[in-house]
Amino acid sequence: MSPRKAATKADAVSRRKARPRLRVVKPARRVAPSGPTTRELMAHAYALELEAAERYAEFAEAMEAHNNREVAELFRKLARIEHRHAEQILEETGWTKPPAPPSTGYRWEGLEAPETADFTALHYLMQPYHALVIALHNERRAHKFFQSLAASATSDKVRRDAEAMAAEEAEHVRLIEAWMTRTPPPEAGWDHDPDPPRNVD
Amino acid sequence: MTTATAPSVTARPPQAYKSDYKPIWCPGCGDYSVLSAFTKAFAALELAPEQIAVVSGIGCSSRIPAYVTSYGFHGVHGRALAAATGLKVARPDLTVVAAGGDGDGYSIGGNHFLHACRRNVDLTYVVMDNHVYGMTKGQPSPTTEPDWVSKLSPAGTGLRVFHPLVVALAAGANFIARGFSGDPNGLAALLMEAIRAPGFSFVEVLSPCVTYRPEQREWKGQVRPAPVGPTDDAARAARRLLTDDGFNIGVLYRGSRKPFQPPVGKGAARVAELEKAFEL
Repeated sequence: MSPRKAATKADAVSRRKARPRLRVVKPARRVAPSGPTTRELMAHAYALELEAAERYAEFAEAMEAHNNREVAELFRKLARIEHRHAEQILEETGWTKPPAPPSTGYRWEGLEAPETADFTALHYLMQPYHALVIALHNERRAHKFFQSLAASATSDKVRRDAEAMAAEEAEHVRLIEAWMTRTPPPEAGWDHDPDPPRNVD
Repeated sequence: MTTATAPSVTARPPQAYKSDYKPIWCPGCGDYSVLSAFTKAFAALELAPEQIAVVSGIGCSSRIPAYVTSYGFHGVHGRALAAATGLKVARPDLTVVAAGGDGDGYSIGGNHFLHACRRNVDLTYVVMDNHVYGMTKGQPSPTTEPDWVSKLSPAGTGLRVFHPLVVALAAGANFIARGFSGDPNGLAALLMEAIRAPGFSFVEVLSPCVTYRPEQREWKGQVRPAPVGPTDDAARAARRLLTDDGFNIGVLYRGSRKPFQPPVGKGAARVAELEKAFEL
């Protein structure tokens, strides 16, 4: 059975509990003393993929607005991939709706999920290679995140599931690295603009 | 088939609050994430778009009404709060959110800011503060550091920095919070609290301008949750706000002053009488 499907039993129990009123929950930055449950692990995985997809979609819009169509298309592709990963989690767990955040909040190290790109990382003249550098960084962080969840797991099952997720992210790292070998790196002066928007300095 | 206990999706997902107009902010601008926080908060509060009005002044961040599907008013420089106050008084059923930047809100609109805090009308004011006038090419704003050097301020301004949270507290704002655009989920939660809080709610959002203030990329490593929870004691809040370094995020003050509401009945009748005079 897929590790994601294993979360469904926990859901059947938790479904009977009252629905919390607050739907948007600030990520908690402290790590709870106990390890995650399978359901919490998959809720993290879903949130991680969805937030990554949303950020890449925002990046695509920003690039389209600045007529950088090649990079916009690449970010659109990355958004589709991450969104598909999120959908796969719903399918494999049998969840018909996105899961609620864990009661203790998400265990992200920073303010956002580890696969969510830094919103300040863009440049209007950036090239596809730059976008892949961003994606590689995010996949590596996601890999590290699941590794750390596996290390903090208090049950063998959750540890195995987290290791499986980490392995998936490691595969994504390899795919991005391979993609980068097929993508020309930027030449020096790639960000030179003879008519820059910042024309006062 | 099993389902999750508490789905994050509501009747309308956050995407439903985004209009067809695509933002034209610079790539890397913090305002994208503020827009995302707006839509997440509206979705989580389950507000219908026609129940919301987003009112702004002029500036990069003041474009935000165009990017949401609610009612919007992109008004006059510095006058977002004047328009928002009038709207809320005339249409108390609406959720009114005023939005803008630090130049629009604290300089051109500084007087409106003071008196909106004092009046305590039930609306939310979100200021995307990047310590610079971005739209007009990088002039220093009221929140620019005195020693920030640029071609337009080669020796720095040498001026004391405006402290909007302290001013808001002194002028009577009922809810004061600081957020960070690099934390859109946390910011959405703050906006929800601000909208729910009765009276004038002021949310200062640190929102980097990567074009004119690229060093603000470092803010993500400097912000932190406020070490203590919100207080309802204005004197204690003042001490905290005066001594913080500008990077504590969260709800910082939550007062209990009754929101201003104009007289109903008699006032409404007068408006109807006034309108009669203009009938053709």
